[in-house]
Amino acid sequence: MFSASRHSRSCRAKSRHQARRQVSRLRSTRTVGVLLLTFLAAFTLAPPAAAQDMLPPAPYAYKQLADPAQEAKAQALMETLRCLKCQSQSIADSDAPMAGDMRHQVRTRIAAGEDPEAIRQWLIERYGDYVSYTPQVKPITWPLFAAPLLFLALAAFLLRGRFRRRKAA
Amino acid sequence: MIAELGLAVLWMAAALAVLQLVAGALSLRPATAHLAGVVRPVAILQGVLVACAFAALIWLFLSTDLSVKLVAENSHSAKPFIFKLAGTWGNHEGSMLMWVTIMSLAGGFVALIEKRLPENTLIATLAGQAFVSLGFYAFLLLASNPFERLPEPAPEGAGLNPLLQDIGLAFHPPTLYVGYVGLSIAFSFAVGALVTRDVGPAFARAMRPWVLGAWIFLTLGITAGSYWAYYTLGWGGWWFWDPVENASLMPWLAATALLHSCSVLAARNALRTWTVMLGVVAFSMSMVGTFLVRSGILTSVHAFAVDPTRGSFILALLAIYIGGALLLFGLRASTVTEGARFAVLSRESSLVFNNVMLCGILGIVLVGTLYPLLTEAMGVKVSVGPPYFNPVSAVFAIPMMMVMAVGPVLRWREDKGGRITWQVAVPALVSAVALLAVELLFAPNLLPALGLALAPGLAVASVQPLVGRNLRRTPLPIYGMVIGHLGIAVALFGMASEGAFSTERLAAMNPGDSQQVGPFKVALQDIGPVAGPNWTALEATVSASYAGGEPTVLHPQARTFANPPGNRTESALLTRWNGQLYAVLGEEGDDGRWQMRFWWKPFVPMIWYGGALVALGGLLALLGRVARDVKRLVAIDKIAYRRERQGR
Repeated sequence: MFSASRHSRSCRAKSRHQARRQVSRLRSTRTVGVLLLTFLAAFTLAPPAAAQDMLPPAPYAYKQLADPAQEAKAQALMETLRCLKCQSQSIADSDAPMAGDMRHQVRTRIAAGEDPEAIRQWLIERYGDYVSYTPQVKPITWPLFAAPLLFLALAAFLLRGRFRRRKAA
Repeated sequence: MIAELGLAVLWMAAALAVLQLVAGALSLRPATAHLAGVVRPVAILQGVLVACAFAALIWLFLSTDLSVKLVAENSHSAKPFIFKLAGTWGNHEGSMLMWVTIMSLAGGFVALIEKRLPENTLIATLAGQAFVSLGFYAFLLLASNPFERLPEPAPEGAGLNPLLQDIGLAFHPPTLYVGYVGLSIAFSFAVGALVTRDVGPAFARAMRPWVLGAWIFLTLGITAGSYWAYYTLGWGGWWFWDPVENASLMPWLAATALLHSCSVLAARNALRTWTVMLGVVAFSMSMVGTFLVRSGILTSVHAFAVDPTRGSFILALLAIYIGGALLLFGLRASTVTEGARFAVLSRESSLVFNNVMLCGILGIVLVGTLYPLLTEAMGVKVSVGPPYFNPVSAVFAIPMMMVMAVGPVLRWREDKGGRITWQVAVPALVSAVALLAVELLFAPNLLPALGLALAPGLAVASVQPLVGRNLRRTPLPIYGMVIGHLGIAVALFGMASEGAFSTERLAAMNPGDSQQVGPFKVALQDIGPVAGPNWTALEATVSASYAGGEPTVLHPQARTFANPPGNRTESALLTRWNGQLYAVLGEEGDDGRWQMRFWWKPFVPMIWYGGALVALGGLLALLGRVARDVKRLVAIDKIAYRRERQGR
């Protein structure tokens, strides 16, 4: 029990995220959840995940960069990238092996002097827009950026109407 | 036997809810007005019966009756008592039964004690309450029966998820549910007032304790949930903008707005339509929250499609209640007059401004939570996370907090700017100095810097309403307001400080190695096995000394649970007045060194102290109001008693 095997450790990461999801939903149908997760994992991540689980974590998954300025840059970027195996956690907040691999990628690329936004684009090309917590400005996300403006306009309209009536009264 | 009894009692309670609704609705017609007498006793009896059903379910869990499907799927005979108890509501069916129980008990309580409202408004309110509960009865009895038996009793239960086996989480769902349900009562009051066209201060005063109570519980629930996520998930994050978190934040935002507008209506008879509207919105948000959490839609739109019965059921309820309430509102809103008027510079105006800003934040959170579901349904997966929510909600939150600093010192109806020059100047100066100091000394990112600057000014401003008052004669609700606003300042400071000053240290360590984390020197001394009631763990012994002082020993653990199999990190926290050291034991590397993770988070506990202060403020306000109501009730009783004696 001292040296838990890689396999059970990776299960640990998995079960934790699955658990977090269950916690969130407080669902009794655990079996459905497990099946679903296995299903998802099988279809989206199976080959790389299986390979990852057998390997030790990549060097920079749990190791910081020596240069504090670079590490801060990497940290800021990692906090805005989604862990694809978890529910609502960034890769900076996750024990999943895949998140560790992505942290390694981010740190080594930052250390090589790459621009954080270029790294984000590289990850988006591989995993899709879903990986970035910063929504990309595209036609499909326009409403997301229009919403705050709309709410501001609505607020201004409501307040103006309200106070104008007061003055008139 | 117990299970069948529970189910039978639940059906009877549902039948009583039908009676309550029908009798209540009919009694509003003059021809059948005599039915009104039935409604109150029925509401009380209904509450008692559901409580019995819930007690039956608790009994089944405590005795681990494995012939009941729900128990077999969610409990285990070797679980500690407290988690057997918490297991009752740690699952879908049980939590829905708990929801209905709290709701019906609350309805019965209203029927028992509410005497301020005109009788027909109260009857309409109770009928509305029965209407809401009926939907949930139908959901329970038709789509999620908690008392279902297995054909063969299971040999052993499947156990409770390890993450749920935590004392914080055992009481987190009930806390939030009480909050949601309190809002359903507020909603019923709003419906009752709309039906009888009786929106006024009496309605606001009757509704206010429920809104306050709901809001206190929501505040506590969100605060506790955030702290739970912080120490259980093992990476030091305290808010993820997770849809489930948002689902609890949205009702809180709406309830906060409702609470303030309710106060205006009670004190000044203004903002009538606005208050009713917020009552409808607040309950709608708790329904949306329930839908998001319960339907499974969050995992993915496709998961929702796999088992759509429950989701569709809640969606239908959502449409009926919100649609119905909005329809009623649309039909009746024009008959509700605006109420008393007020000038641009007045306390009412500041409250209106902040209500609008709160609704703005609510809108942002709603859009940000639902939009990814919408695009996923269209086949495109996008993520909306902190980089969106933080700055966009700050656009609304920062002006709101500035107005919040000034509002409490403004007079009702109309005020003159010259009178409050000092009360504005002092907090503004404090904030300006803080901003300058923070920028010169630390130069953090924009949002943390603004937070660090705003918080001290806000703290000063929040105690200003006490200046010049006789402190012993100041009513409790004023203290409540001061403490609540102070809590917001404290929490804001904690959040900003965490964002600006956290330091992280990831290190592979052998026993004997040491590392520097912020002002702390941490040394890994030993790693050994420990065992708990239903888990075993690896436990690290870490000594941490602050700035060369005496070392303190910490014990972060990695726990392994057997039933069901699962793991959980148990982070170790060292709390000082100026922050928290956060230590996590990670995995063992191939070279035999241990992955340790440390964070030094200056002033981070202030986030939750602030939340607790906000709830305490609410509690003081509630006590003040209730004490006054009780005095009034006693006085009414005395008068009635005297009249009776004189009559003789």
